Amino acid sequence: MNEPLGISLRVNGDAVTRSVEPRLTLADFLRHELSLTGTHIGCEHGVCGACTVLLDGRSVRSCLMLAVQADGCAVTTVEGLTPAEGLSPLQQAFADNHGLQCGYCTPGILCTLSEYLDINPNPSEGEIREALSGNLCRCTGYQGIVDAALAYVRSAQ
Amino acid sequence: MKPAAFDYHRPNSVAEALDLLARLDDAKVIAGGQSLMAMMNYRYIAPENLIDINRIAALAEITEEGGNLRIGAMVRQRDAQDSPLLRARAPLMIEALDLIGHLQTRNRGTIGGSLAHLDPAAELPAVFSAHDAVLHLASANGAREVPIGGWSQGFMAPDLEPDELLTAIAFSPWPAGHGHAFLELARRHGDFALAGAAALITLDRQGRIDRAAIALTGVDMGPVRLDAAEAMLAGQVPGAELIAAAAQCADRVAGIEDVHASRDYRRRIAVVYTRRALELASQRAASGAGR
Ligand SMILES: Cc1cc2nc3c(=O)[nH]c(=O)nc-3n(C[C@@H](O)[C@H](O)[C@H](O)COP(=O)(O)OP(=O)(O)OC[C@H]3O[C@@H](n4cnc5c(N)ncnc54)[C@H](O)[C@@H]3O)c2cc1C
Ligand code: FES
Ligand code: FES
Repeated sequence: MNEPLGISLRVNGDAVTRSVEPRLTLADFLRHELSLTGTHIGCEHGVCGACTVLLDGRSVRSCLMLAVQADGCAVTTVEGLTPAEGLSPLQQAFADNHGLQCGYCTPGILCTLSEYLDINPNPSEGEIREALSGNLCRCTGYQGIVDAALAYVRSAQ
Repeated sequence: MKPAAFDYHRPNSVAEALDLLARLDDAKVIAGGQSLMAMMNYRYIAPENLIDINRIAALAEITEEGGNLRIGAMVRQRDAQDSPLLRARAPLMIEALDLIGHLQTRNRGTIGGSLAHLDPAAELPAVFSAHDAVLHLASANGAREVPIGGWSQGFMAPDLEPDELLTAIAFSPWPAGHGHAFLELARRHGDFALAGAAALITLDRQGRIDRAAIALTGVDMGPVRLDAAEAMLAGQVPGAELIAAAAQCADRVAGIEDVHASRDYRRRIAVVYTRRALELASQRAASGAGR
């Protein structure tokens, strides 16, 4: 049982081929096999959103997916959202507005917002709060996070 | 935690999936994984075989044939929300989908998965109950159909054999201009509801209720149709008193309780949300806009 299976996918633009146990979650694959530790694991049952990554451009919880299911897909993690030098405008808005404290929830929130702000580039504060309802933050408090998202939206107009 | 070991199978067709289901012992189907993976990570369940139906394109179609809407089991909740056909023909479903989890869970979670998981507080079973939908099942031995009213057999126990696959759900949409409403009480947006109500209404030329359908979620193991309330409404002009009296029928359902809410409280909010859903659905029917 649990025979390793070969998978090929793109992660942050790079082609990746590996052999993995079927029971390995996508979150653990990214962290342990690819050393992309920006993807965080909070709850492993879909509630906290810390593990959110983009799968073919859509935000998904990587703890609720198997690595073998990402075979043939394109995965983007917070590392892939970050420019080679400095920060992305959204990340900068988080830095400027106290949008993070310990930073545990931040990668998941950035991944969620990067999809959401594509769908809805000019959201209200209420809409941002609703979009972030699947991402728990235990220390900053949502005020700074919402301020950061709103500041980014204003600057992008 | 991490899931226990299993063998992984990825069929490319329904026939292949049915063959695997017939042959393999202790097999589980994985659709969106938004409920199953959590249970596997908890080791609440540890199937020996996992059959991944995510690559079966034939299960992910939404079609309209002979006046019937047919939604494939693997249609993702997000894609259903974005479907122009469903937006035009099934606004009740669109309104309910927005209340299911979050963008990230809807991006993976499927219509069929929600029906097969059958959480007592799930929104979609109530939507399909109001629409008198029929579930399409298949196994290596053939196909069968189950009306939504007979789907729930107990706590998270649908009428689904271990070797069966849910392939689609079908219903005939209500006429253009019908009124709809899905309203629920949840602690936070995206949480499972404590209770919720789905309502559909059509009015005749005199403004009387031609047809009404009301289904509740969160009050029993499966969705509950309020036939008695529907009968009270038929042929009447919808007014505040009539709607309040009809909504009172929600107080007579069995009621379930858990750590989130007592039986009595759930029944109480079911009455309130039934009333509000009927008010909104009849307003919308009167304006003829459908949504
Ligand atoms: C944070 C969070 C919040 C949520 N909030 C809500 C909510 O508010 N309302 C709500 O209704 N749900 C909610 N859910 C659950 C919802 O997201 C799931 O999508 C749904 O319950 C299961 O669908 P799935 O496609 O993910 O199925 P899976 O998790 O893959 O499967 C669930 C079960 O159904 C079986 N199954 C799936 N497809 C088939 C098929 N075609 N044939 C036979 N068996 C099948 C599986 O074997 C398994 O037993 C939430 C989940 C999370 C993580
Ligand atoms: S770790 Fe995936 S949602 Fe919490
Ligand atoms: S910044 Fe610490 S959990 Fe959000």
